[in-house]
Amino acid sequence: MEYRTHLMVCTGTACVSCGAFDVKKTLEAEIKKQGLDKEVLVVGTGCQGFCAQGPIVVVQPDDIFYQLMQIEDIPFLVEEHFLKGRPVKKMMYTPPGEKTEIPTMSEIGFFNKQRLIALRNKGLIDAEKIDDYIGRDGYKAFIKALTEMTPDEIVQEIKDSGLRGRGGGGFPTGLKWEICKKQKGEKKYIICNADEGDPGAYMDRSIIESDPHAVIEGMLIGAMAIGANEGVVYLRTEYPLAITRLETAIEQAKEYGLLGEDIMEQGFEFNLRIKQGAGAFVCGEETALIASIEGKRGMPNKRPPFPAESGLWGLPTNINNVETWANIPWIISNGSERYAEIGTEKSKGTKVFSLVGKINNTGLVEVPMGITLKEIIFDIGGGVPDGKKFKAVQMGGPSGGCIPAELEDTIIDYDSVNATGAIMGSGGMVVMDETTCMVDVAKYFLNFTQEESCGKCTFCRVGTKRMLEILQRICDGNGEEGDIEKLEELAAQIKDSSLCGLGQTAPNPVLTTLKYFRHEYEAHIYDKKCPAKACKPLLTFGINDQCIGCTACARVCPPKAISGERKEKHVIDQDKCIKCGACLDTCKFKAIDVN
Amino acid sequence: MAKLSIKDLEEIRNKVKKTAMLREGISNAKITVHMGTCGIAAGARTIMNTVIKIVEESKRDDIIVTTSGCAGFCSKEPMATIELKGEAPVKYSDLTEDKIRRIFDEHVLKGKIVKDYALVIGSEREL
Ligand SMILES: Cc1cc2nc3c(=O)[nH]c(=O)nc-3n(C[C@H](O)[C@H](O)[C@H](O)COP(=O)(O)O)c2cc1C
Ligand code: SF4
Repeated sequence: MEYRTHLMVCTGTACVSCGAFDVKKTLEAEIKKQGLDKEVLVVGTGCQGFCAQGPIVVVQPDDIFYQLMQIEDIPFLVEEHFLKGRPVKKMMYTPPGEKTEIPTMSEIGFFNKQRLIALRNKGLIDAEKIDDYIGRDGYKAFIKALTEMTPDEIVQEIKDSGLRGRGGGGFPTGLKWEICKKQKGEKKYIICNADEGDPGAYMDRSIIESDPHAVIEGMLIGAMAIGANEGVVYLRTEYPLAITRLETAIEQAKEYGLLGEDIMEQGFEFNLRIKQGAGAFVCGEETALIASIEGKRGMPNKRPPFPAESGLWGLPTNINNVETWANIPWIISNGSERYAEIGTEKSKGTKVFSLVGKINNTGLVEVPMGITLKEIIFDIGGGVPDGKKFKAVQMGGPSGGCIPAELEDTIIDYDSVNATGAIMGSGGMVVMDETTCMVDVAKYFLNFTQEESCGKCTFCRVGTKRMLEILQRICDGNGEEGDIEKLEELAAQIKDSSLCGLGQTAPNPVLTTLKYFRHEYEAHIYDKKCPAKACKPLLTFGINDQCIGCTACARVCPPKAISGERKEKHVIDQDKCIKCGACLDTCKFKAIDVN
Repeated sequence: MAKLSIKDLEEIRNKVKKTAMLREGISNAKITVHMGTCGIAAGARTIMNTVIKIVEESKRDDIIVTTSGCAGFCSKEPMATIELKGEAPVKYSDLTEDKIRRIFDEHVLKGKIVKDYALVIGSEREL
């Protein structure tokens, strides 16, 4: 019997961590109990993207979107909606600040401004079933490439599409393939970079979890074009769900004869394996990644020679990011012209971003190039929570920079983003509000790169450490005149004398915050004040005339720094105060001032 | 599982295409069985089972079957609404297995409204 309704339960990592597997199990049990198990099918899908609202269930073909699913509500939901046909309002999504629920997924702002190419199958297929992928025209592009196109035609198609690498650098993909294709030699390799080390970024994980065959198909097409017959996916160990799903997908593709020898009886051979990376940020850099696959220490090497000439085991190697690979089948199926219609002059297609930080709709979004930052943050992201003001967005992770609110009309396009001093990067977007201190943000990212530096280059190893010490001093209230200049000088030297991208871009977060928020550095150094009131050592707590002498604060103050008679105004002993903020949280009369 | 040929792959695609289309909400016809408490009491469950069976028999992969709540004419249950792509929905009332079969053959497959059983054409709001 055919199923009339499909319940697409998101089983991406974020939803699983809030109980998606239990939701799925309970749904299945209730549906069986109501005798609907021959009509209603429960499907586990990859990440739907709207992670803030998980666990998520989408009912198809009706397109009803249920969110924040609770196990207790499931019996009611099954009876009301799936038996009696009455969608349940209270489990639908209501946008922040609004009162009416939005029943269908396509009406929700978070979804309807997106343009799905790399994530075209998200939420529509069971990632562990190859047939589901095939039903959505999966492997059709590969068959087209295999039977109707020459390697040159494939390369030309990718060149014409204007696709640029999504791993951060933005190098034109078709051109990269052409260079590798032209190399002489019997054996060539292709690699999928799924190391994804940027803090807060999870685009690549999500693509593999929701649609692993898209990556395999992209690699098959690339392998044909370049003339490689061996591929490696470098996937970090911290992504267990992605590893299992990709392993399953590779197994299934082998069984179907889509991987291995004499694929589809056309005489083409391609084998694919997974190499688990131990999760060092620097191993995402291509030469370090290759060293790591070879069993050596994951340290970058100098380029040239580029991997296209001498890569894995010294042989020509083409390396692309997960998202880049996932775009390939769509381009081959739909043609480069259609792909190039999307986006701006020099940046074509779409980009996946993970939206995190001070934003209502935390999640994963795929948007057309050319969209503005403002549209992403407000229309899709739902703006900043708690009525706070949007201050800046950090793009490109530790190699990127902070774009201030004044530049919210900046469009998503490699050149426009670069012009701000940030970079497109791999797609992490961390949104900050007025309570975020920009010196603190710069310190956070620099701390990350400093720890992840492989140590090969002196400036990257020691220079970042010196910069970090200065930033720490500034945040502690011990900033000195000349610190800003010292930071700038060190930044320039680190950029100049580092071997790899990690060192070359490590100062970017400091440089962009200095460019747009210099006054915050100055306030820390000269006035010993943190304008965002985030750096604790720079705050002073005081008690104003609103105090009625209730003694509540004195009782919670850990070092007993507050004194005063009952019903009289209290005072804080500044020498004893450890600036923990307990009094501020306790006082009901707004009598605590923070300066 | 033996290795597949290009033809086998195409066959799998055609087999699962219907599922894919259903999940995307792509259809040329939609049959809604009203399953409020009143509908279920009047036998909507049997109508639903019949509908699912005949849709399957027809081998059409562009027909969606769904449920909705009480349509507001409780005395006329069981009811179903047929909506062909680009046309106004038609509500049928007092259904039996035979009636729904005829409605399916004439309306869904051939596009001819079965006037004998039709209650309203268009949604309630337009009445
Ligand atoms: C420190 C550092 C970390 C990197 N991390 C990643 C990563 O996690 N994923 C990725 O795809 N590329 C990463 N890259 C970029 C890769 O070196 C390489 O350019 C990319 O994988 C090429 O693929 P693309 O052309 O499809 O973008 C990193 C580069 C540097 C310098
Ligand atoms: S720049 Fe830093 S991470 Fe890169 S090779 Fe040099 S020390 Fe290692």
